[in-house]
Amino acid sequence: MAARTLFDKIWDSHVVERLEDGTAILYIDRHLVHEVTSPQAFEGLRISGRRLRRPDATIAVVDHNVPTSDRTLPIEEPESRNQIETLERNVREFGVPYFPLLSERQGIVHVVGPEQGISLPGMTIVCGDSHTSTHGAMGALAFGIGTSEVEHVMATQTLLQKPAMNMKVVVEGTLGAGVTAKDVMLAIIGTIGTAGGTGYVIEFAGSTIRGLDMAGRMTICNMSIEAGARAGLVAPDETTFDYVRGRPFAPQGEAFEQAVAYWKTLAADAGAHYDKIVELRAEDIPPVLTWGTSPETVIPVSGTVPDPSAESDEAKRAQMQRMLDYMGLEAGQKIAGVPVDVVFIGSCTNSRIEDLRSAAGIVAGRHVAPGVRAMVVPGSGIVKAQAEHEGLDRVFLDAGFEWREAGCSMCLGMNPDRLTPGQRCASTSNRNFEGRQGPGGRTHLLSPAMAAAAAVTGHLTDVRELI
Amino acid sequence: MDKFTVLTAIAAPLPEANIDTDKIIPARFLKTTKRSGLGVHAFDGMRYNPDGSEKPDFVLNREPYRKAGILITHDNLGCGSSREHAPWALLDFGIRCVIAPSFADIFFNNCFKNGILPIRLPREICDALMDDARLGANGRLTVDLERQVVVRPDGEEIAFEIDPLRKHLLLEGLDDIGQTLQHEGAISTFEAARGQAQPWQTRIVID
Repeated sequence: MAARTLFDKIWDSHVVERLEDGTAILYIDRHLVHEVTSPQAFEGLRISGRRLRRPDATIAVVDHNVPTSDRTLPIEEPESRNQIETLERNVREFGVPYFPLLSERQGIVHVVGPEQGISLPGMTIVCGDSHTSTHGAMGALAFGIGTSEVEHVMATQTLLQKPAMNMKVVVEGTLGAGVTAKDVMLAIIGTIGTAGGTGYVIEFAGSTIRGLDMAGRMTICNMSIEAGARAGLVAPDETTFDYVRGRPFAPQGEAFEQAVAYWKTLAADAGAHYDKIVELRAEDIPPVLTWGTSPETVIPVSGTVPDPSAESDEAKRAQMQRMLDYMGLEAGQKIAGVPVDVVFIGSCTNSRIEDLRSAAGIVAGRHVAPGVRAMVVPGSGIVKAQAEHEGLDRVFLDAGFEWREAGCSMCLGMNPDRLTPGQRCASTSNRNFEGRQGPGGRTHLLSPAMAAAAAVTGHLTDVRELI
Repeated sequence: MDKFTVLTAIAAPLPEANIDTDKIIPARFLKTTKRSGLGVHAFDGMRYNPDGSEKPDFVLNREPYRKAGILITHDNLGCGSSREHAPWALLDFGIRCVIAPSFADIFFNNCFKNGILPIRLPREICDALMDDARLGANGRLTVDLERQVVVRPDGEEIAFEIDPLRKHLLLEGLDDIGQTLQHEGAISTFEAARGQAQPWQTRIVID
């Protein structure tokens, strides 16, 4: 058999049937469900009298809509409450396993899956959310789907898919002080652009990626979609197996050892073909952040805001100018020193315990700058409890941060945590689109350490000055 | 799902790249549990002022584009979130066909599931079709899916590619779940074999 990539192997092992035109019926191992993209799918099952085929391969949580304040109070927004109650009715009716709002295991679906051992190497994992690519860090093929496909998976445990092309992004070398997985991924997106990965699955490889912990790999894979790729993945290795071992829904004992033996066969064969290869040097990546309203607008924190007049394409020039106007920035302006109103540490990109430790390391012994609202939103109840066990909550609270309950929070402006028009936010989330964090809100994407640095200085700051 | 056969409609030119699904339908409108009713919120930030009044310059606020059935844009249409609310909002507005040089993968898939035909054409052709579209009611385009052509107002025909399976589903207005369930036997066989070969595959059961 020809040499195969990691993606090829996972794909091949899940093809139920190949249809005439090359479309595959692809078997799905795990279906993650949340309240926003599932109601119409459950409704579709009900209307057509279809059953949900594999409740035991499905897990539901509430995350997008939930307030991150006191959970014992009723949810004020009637539409949010309705969506959550609708999910609760649906999981009862269809027998879907569910982590309710008051469970410690509740959290952002892409934090919960790996944390519970629900997302495992070699699997196909889908969810009605584009950041499902996160689970690729486990060495799984994980991608976001629309609601019609959610219904398709519910009814058939499969999807109709065409194989993607293979891209490999290789990062070699040692990261400098203050440079994190988030900086690496933003640098990659800045290099290949927001459509650079369209049609591809990206495998992240190289010594830098190998050296990352699972949280870092999840940050990288999470933002694959920001580079246009539906999925990103990292070959499973000892770091992966150590992470999986002992998790609640992972195989245990002898079954775990059998699984590891199989997972070790998944790495790409020598000589496997990639349709595209991109290489970066870790030493060339400084702490970075975005200046505009597209995740590809990445510049070093020591850099300046680019000048649209240097752009030759008229449409691009107009778009850059529009971004500058929206962001309230001027061409040539130094990005460091721009004052921020809000700092958000959270989201499926950066809300794991490792992210909170990284931010707390900068915050410890310092205080949030006057006039800045700074918030930490752990990715799950379990992350929150772990952080409290380590005393990180005290570090943040003593510094003047808000310490909140788990959820998507200010990443997407569909719950009470939102920016108001004109507010500027240093955010560890994944998208800086216009209005993403609330209408008129201005988002700078950066790492948890850089967000912490902005919180304590009150402006966008090179974190290396604080370490 | 409505069949897609031949569409003759006013086309709206929106010459921007990277129109993300947050732009097509911002997250605060995703709290519905229905598929319908989102058209009024389509392109909310581009279409309305903060006080709710219309922005007169935005193409879909101008005649005859309020009745547009086709939307033409630049590269990477529908990037970002997987929300199917984006095609639902377009459909509810009245858009049945989107034409662009390139699309984001998930949005592209989601269009087909809702009877919207996404057509990839080179940038210069999209620009030419936008020029047609600027003729307003005199610049109607016809999209003939069976023949796989876009017909310009002057009669010139532009061919486009489409996956045969997807074409079939659109022409017939078919739900692909029913299609897949015809392979139920193969799915069950696969499932059983996989369970035997990989006994470590765990089930999610919460007590």
